[in-house]
Amino acid sequence: MGKSATFERGIHPRYNKELASHKPIARARIPQRVVIPLSQHIGAPAKCEVKIGDEVKKGQIIGSPSGFVSSPVHASISGKVIAIADFPTSAGRLVNSVVIESDGQDEAIAFKESPDYLNLGADEIKSLIKDAGIVGMGGAAFPTNVKLSPPKEKPIDSVILNGAECEPYLTADHRLMNEHPGEVVEGLKIIMKSLGVNKGYIGIEENKPDAIQAIKAAVSGEANIEVCSLEIKYPQGAEKMLIKAIKGREVPSKGLPMDVGVVVQNIGTALAVYEAVRYGKPLIERVVTVTGNGIKEPNNLMVRIGTLMSDVIEQCGGLVEGAVKVISGGPMMGFAQWSLDVPVTKGTSGILVLTADEYAPSDEYFACIRCGRCVDVCPMGLNPSMLSILAEKGFYEEAKDYNLFDCFECGSCAFVCPAKRPMVQFMRLAKSQVKP
Amino acid sequence: MATEAKTQQLVVSVSPHVRDEESIAKIMWTVNFALLPALIMSVYYFGPRAVYVTALCIVTAVLSERLFQKGLKRKVTTNDGSAFLTGLLLGMNLPPSVPFYIPVVGSAVSILIAKMLFGGLGYNIFNPALVGRAFLLITWPKLMTIWSEPTAQFVALDAKTTATPLGILKEEGIVKLLEIFGDKMSLYSHLLMGNRAGSIGETSALALLIGGALLLYKRYITWHIPFSFLGTVALLAWVFGGKGALFTGDPVIHLLSGGLMLGAFFMATDYVTCPTIRKGQIVFGIGCGAITMLIRLKGGFPEGVMFAILLMNCFAPLIDRNMKPALFGAVKAAKK
Ligand code: SF4
Ligand code: SF4
Repeated sequence: MGKSATFERGIHPRYNKELASHKPIARARIPQRVVIPLSQHIGAPAKCEVKIGDEVKKGQIIGSPSGFVSSPVHASISGKVIAIADFPTSAGRLVNSVVIESDGQDEAIAFKESPDYLNLGADEIKSLIKDAGIVGMGGAAFPTNVKLSPPKEKPIDSVILNGAECEPYLTADHRLMNEHPGEVVEGLKIIMKSLGVNKGYIGIEENKPDAIQAIKAAVSGEANIEVCSLEIKYPQGAEKMLIKAIKGREVPSKGLPMDVGVVVQNIGTALAVYEAVRYGKPLIERVVTVTGNGIKEPNNLMVRIGTLMSDVIEQCGGLVEGAVKVISGGPMMGFAQWSLDVPVTKGTSGILVLTADEYAPSDEYFACIRCGRCVDVCPMGLNPSMLSILAEKGFYEEAKDYNLFDCFECGSCAFVCPAKRPMVQFMRLAKSQVKP
Repeated sequence: MATEAKTQQLVVSVSPHVRDEESIAKIMWTVNFALLPALIMSVYYFGPRAVYVTALCIVTAVLSERLFQKGLKRKVTTNDGSAFLTGLLLGMNLPPSVPFYIPVVGSAVSILIAKMLFGGLGYNIFNPALVGRAFLLITWPKLMTIWSEPTAQFVALDAKTTATPLGILKEEGIVKLLEIFGDKMSLYSHLLMGNRAGSIGETSALALLIGGALLLYKRYITWHIPFSFLGTVALLAWVFGGKGALFTGDPVIHLLSGGLMLGAFFMATDYVTCPTIRKGQIVFGIGCGAITMLIRLKGGFPEGVMFAILLMNCFAPLIDRNMKPALFGAVKAAKK
């Protein structure tokens, strides 16, 4: 094939994946206490189904979906509900959450297994996925069953599994592909089945040759699943860029992947789908990459949902002297944290701790010198320079004429800006001031 | 509780949390460095006076910016190398023989009027060094067009003066030019090396090309402006540059003389005053080339690079506004 698939523009940040990429997924210890937000997904928060003092078992529903775009939430340990109140999450919001104190038993409810899972009907699959509380695990956390139920007028012909993992430092998907390639592929098959699609792709950036090999071996018998190696470039894993690279299709401006007949799912999500459909296991744990030079012992941990970041960090040796920034997610799109006492949720792909030398201070920035570097890298083909100037001056309506709402805040423009302008902040500011 | 203590010092800011190493200062100082070969050649041909003039420009530029910012209690940004660059570029655009008040006045005009009054780096519309030079040319037209011969030892008070190759070409034609320089090959090599009359930093096309190549390699500039600028000049020189018939002009002479190399690689590419969009930069470069050749062939001056760039500077915002980059997903959205 020669050149590997990719999209236009984009950037080449230092990946720093070697900090954690060779660490096999280890089980984190079961926490003493979990804080489980009732809204870990896009859409309506789950309705609380427990009260203080209730005994709960692992896997038991503690919040039920309250609308079409919503998702149930399950207890991730067994124990007693000791509080139901608003707690801060890693995205910086206060969310009503259920606090469970462990009884040390880790006793689970009975899960409903389906050994014959490949013969289930589409609706059965979707309801199993929904009941398991599965949401996109790449960060956006959109309820998966909703994504698998496109309106009739949008026929889907392909499913793409996103194994690009283009965020620097993060290695959770990489490890999952290495260690559970078979399950990931089964998950993809289930997703394809639920959509009635017979073309599946798994896109993996070339910097993970071992994962490409493992996945290739796992799909060797599958005629309709293709493994695509992708150029190493950020944001290769953004849905629109991935579809462009693999299918050559451009999702229309302001449109969704389903507008071009594609559904994209994350690697972790595929595994969770498999476990939910095959074993009836709800989404109560996920792989979190704990990494960065600010962490003593970087690792990939299987963490129960609701475990506090401070607890996870402690299990990785704690912070080093000089650690200055803790991020939930990757360095390009993740959220910086005020406090480490926020829970790991379904969308937490990583806990990244940066030291003073690796993080970019942003307290001082300059006027745009119009160097055009941001224009050269914006994957959406925007003029970030102009957008940032308009936002800075308060011309929010004008910013719309420059396609403000096509910006998905990937941060590429800010990454290359020599004036160190807080580009993403400008974009968010402008977006918050006008209607799309 | 150990974590509690740590949380006190956590930095919180909007993503992205990592950035590349480029900065305004790094870029500006690299551009300054890229001009060094041309400056060295000018010292070789015009003697130490080339350095005095340039140094005066730089010192005045940096001091004016500093005093302006201090006076208005603004952040002092002269370490970013941009005032230094303006001074350096102005110096390289002056004849070596100018009296010492000229660099001082020119540089002050460049920085204070063309840059700081517009709001400082990033807000100016015109290339500051060129504004300074235009001001000097209009105020002291005589002094600004006395060209010393490129022989270091002559540059004293009684330095011999001569005309620039473009001046000779315009007034007396190519025959006279060849008479002075020998044959065509010798003319080209004089132009390449910089062994000819002209402004301090513009004469050595080769040294400027080396500097330009460095900037291209570092990706601090892209090919769009210099190539479209030079290409347009070459094309028009070939088509209209001959005496009498069309398609008989000599593009090489036009490419290698005047301030073209300096202008195309170091002045037209000034970020602040050229378009941001690459497509627009091609339009900008073609415009610069066309105006340059219009002045060179038909205008009252032998050289037009400076006015061409200043004129096109006016159009840069307009070009940017009208040439948006290709929006991802736009084609299909339109089709629907
Ligand atoms: S990269 Fe920064 S300085 Fe350059 S044009 Fe974009 S916003 Fe302006
Ligand atoms: S953050 Fe927005 S404007 Fe900047 S590069 Fe990404 S999509 Fe383009």
